[in-house]
Amino acid sequence: MKDVKITKEIIEQHGLTEGEYKRIVEILGREPNITELGIYSVMWSEHCSYKSSRIYLKRLPTDGECVIQGPGENAGVVDIGFNKAIVFKIESHNHPSFIEPYQGAATGVGGIVRDIFTMGARPIALMNSLRFGPLSEKENVNIMEGVVSGIAGYGNCLGIPDVGGEVYFDKSYSGNPLVNAFCLGIADKNSIFYGKASGVGNPVIYVGSRTGRDGIHGATMASSEFDEKSEEKRPNVQVGDPFLEKLLLEACLEAFKTGYVVGIQDMGAAGLTCSSCEMGSRGDTGIMIDLEKVPLREEGMTPYEIMLSESQERMLLTVEKGKEDEIINIFKKWDLEACVIGEVTDDNNLTVMMGSDLVAKIPNKSLTDECPIYKRPVKKPDYLDEVSDFDPNELPVPGDLNRVFFDMISSPSHSSRRWIYEQYDHMVRTNTVVLPGSDAAVLRIKGLPIFLAMSLDGNGKYCHFDPKNGGKIAVAESCRNIVCSGGKPLAATNCLNFASPENPEVMWCFSEVIEGMREACEMFNTPITGGNVSFYNETMGEGIFPTPVIGMVGVVRDRVHITTAGFKDYGDMVVLLGKNRGHIGASDYLELVFGEKRGLSPQIDLKEEFNLQGALYEMIVEGYVKSAHDCSEGGLAITLAESCFLSHLRDMGVFIELPDDLREDFMLFGEDQSRVVISIDEDDFDRVKHIAEKWNVPISTIGFTTKGKFEVKVGNHLFLYGNSEFLRNIWKSALDEYFK
Amino acid sequence: MIKCGVVIFPGSNCDHDAYHVSKHVMDFETVFLWHKDEDLKGCDFIIIPGGFSYGDYLRCGAIASFSPIMKSIKKFAMDGGIVIGICNGFQILLESSLLPGALIKNKNLKFICKFVDIRVEKQDTPFTNSCTKKVLRIPIAHHDGCYYLEQSELDELEKNGQVLFRYSTPDGEITEEANPNGSLNNIAGITNREGNVLGMMPHPERASELILGSFDGKMIFNSVYNFLKKKGNN
Repeated sequence: MKDVKITKEIIEQHGLTEGEYKRIVEILGREPNITELGIYSVMWSEHCSYKSSRIYLKRLPTDGECVIQGPGENAGVVDIGFNKAIVFKIESHNHPSFIEPYQGAATGVGGIVRDIFTMGARPIALMNSLRFGPLSEKENVNIMEGVVSGIAGYGNCLGIPDVGGEVYFDKSYSGNPLVNAFCLGIADKNSIFYGKASGVGNPVIYVGSRTGRDGIHGATMASSEFDEKSEEKRPNVQVGDPFLEKLLLEACLEAFKTGYVVGIQDMGAAGLTCSSCEMGSRGDTGIMIDLEKVPLREEGMTPYEIMLSESQERMLLTVEKGKEDEIINIFKKWDLEACVIGEVTDDNNLTVMMGSDLVAKIPNKSLTDECPIYKRPVKKPDYLDEVSDFDPNELPVPGDLNRVFFDMISSPSHSSRRWIYEQYDHMVRTNTVVLPGSDAAVLRIKGLPIFLAMSLDGNGKYCHFDPKNGGKIAVAESCRNIVCSGGKPLAATNCLNFASPENPEVMWCFSEVIEGMREACEMFNTPITGGNVSFYNETMGEGIFPTPVIGMVGVVRDRVHITTAGFKDYGDMVVLLGKNRGHIGASDYLELVFGEKRGLSPQIDLKEEFNLQGALYEMIVEGYVKSAHDCSEGGLAITLAESCFLSHLRDMGVFIELPDDLREDFMLFGEDQSRVVISIDEDDFDRVKHIAEKWNVPISTIGFTTKGKFEVKVGNHLFLYGNSEFLRNIWKSALDEYFK
Repeated sequence: MIKCGVVIFPGSNCDHDAYHVSKHVMDFETVFLWHKDEDLKGCDFIIIPGGFSYGDYLRCGAIASFSPIMKSIKKFAMDGGIVIGICNGFQILLESSLLPGALIKNKNLKFICKFVDIRVEKQDTPFTNSCTKKVLRIPIAHHDGCYYLEQSELDELEKNGQVLFRYSTPDGEITEEANPNGSLNNIAGITNREGNVLGMMPHPERASELILGSFDGKMIFNSVYNFLKKKGNN
């Protein structure tokens, strides 16, 4: 293996450019051997290096009073008071999930969970954001079924509740499903662990699963687009073992308590390579490892294969010299393999031995901080010049809007997500106070008076039709969901899913989305503490919508502030906060009824949104709000319907009268931002109105909750009507139909 | 004071939940029992919690039934000790032959997590003497919860009054729609013939505090408390 001659073909197969190869030769002062070439190829892959996105990511606000650790570590860490910190991150596993949906999604969960407990935190919640092609195509149904079972299979076994998330369907995700997994953990503020190797001479310990040939070059696979040969990449997808991960989780948390763990990092993408050089790089040290000591699953593995394997459920630790036996014994107690494979050195190199043979010696920093960085060409896409040409008034008004409404609540996009979340154990650990289905999940923290609210949001279509505005909306909506649940947004993580960065139009959208997110994060004072970028989400030249996903976390200060989306009692007043503008561009209504994806996405005014959230929060804290539900895709009609369907009373209905100052279909299905529907006790209206006026937020009474019937009028005409329990049953089981 | 032991197998994941309810909600003296140990530490009451012991490899609960701690628990149960196996714990009790029958894959072949209603079939037991409601609302979360037993043995089980909980409508009707997993006779929980060992699929520890949407599950722990207290006084 050592003697493999590095040819042009080999360099190309490793996804390295000629320029990048030259740089490697310069750094090393010689030609690399094949192992070294492999190491560079994974570390300089888009997936590991962020070489196309780094210059943009720097623009995002990452600092704040509450931030203990921003981007650059395994996960972000945020102070929530009471000497506790939350550790959270979102990560994509898109490419593997397309090739092998079950294992791809499962190992996505496994990876993000390791990132969290590696930092010393006990993982307490999972969420996921999913995108699939239309369910009218069987292939997409199969992918979705596999992905959901994969997430369930892994997360349920670990005993971490999967408390929420979101799913969208669009043609652009056919062949490019997105699987973004979020995990949140809780730790003592003063015992956070980092992926740093320090203390020259400290032993490096390998724990967990044995190293096999699976997943070699996974990171490189995730850094290229798919073609008709993608099926052949199946062996590149790793196979997960959640049981082993559960043992690893418990054993690591026990090991941390000894106080002897100096640094720790999981072996995710690029396995042993990435964990060893990153730990050295962050600690400003070197690491020497001997591959003869690495526990192997198969015989005859070469150094190249060992270094590049992505076998799951493995960790690398550095511990205090002399304490290795105590640490190893803890892992043994949990029936896990653990052994010393090397030590921390002072030369800033990654040194890889195979017994007495030197197989690689590379400066750490050249693999991490000093990897190539690109400012890729950008170009505004041509289609964006045409979107504003769209005049919605030219569209005819459909004859039967009730039919449109019925179709909507029974479509995959708007029906209940019950089919998904009932497959996830969302109650284990007995902290889930607000179950899936509401605007945000709310968890208690045993022993603390506060609660955590969390939500995932991102609308690719909005970003496609106005990237910057779409970026703002992703942040604004995730904050709105937190506030609707009674919380104050604290900090966020993001997962940026895009097509090829080598396409200047994709890069332009990327840059715009980041800019939008930056503005919104600054407005809501929610720093981004980490996340992940996934490029090359395209198959045979067809890319996905630019899809940023925001994972927002907030704090609910008091139990009585917890608010849910479902109406509570018959006869409550239904109040709309915010202004109806009847925006129909890029809406679901336009797509469902007219089969068109056109027009600018609804524009958001961040100041207006800020005021809305401020007003709503004050109303909740003052105790006036019985239910609150954010108005998003599908407009007012869907918001009202969901608040009925999510009620604990099966026959909860509404009688609503909307003004006729807008076209009826635009009024019902327009997707204007910065709107929330709340229900209150009628007697509280004056006080609620007073708060709205103070914040300069438009407020209107639009109706009352009733028993049994769902009725919505615009002007004098009753457009939407039906038996609410019947509609609820349709909505509740619509998704099941696709999986029978 | 009542002393409760919560068993930890590799892969148990409702161990902390059971511990929390026992210690902080019920105020029992509570200890964890490690699967490799044989010592029950003088507990009056044993909970075998849910989870995926040994990853559910081979068969759910199969490997756990051979552990050192189960040897002691079998003896404890034979001597009349109170044991509850919840979810995977129920599976372990079946595999250990402390209870009859088997749990096979749910009829829809998927994991199901949701609140269900279960009807209390008998009230004069260590587990139900304080149930003030006929129907309890308690969540399930399992992939293999379809209770199965040969017809003749099933008849025997019914005749002996060993069926303690059945999936029902909120009004207590036993219907097919109310049966989430296809269990024979809508069975959600059974006891051994002597009545001191309970296995159930629903998770009472997840429904023991108002903030979690239901505290019906607490009635089961209250019943155990009352039973043990009376026993202690005698």
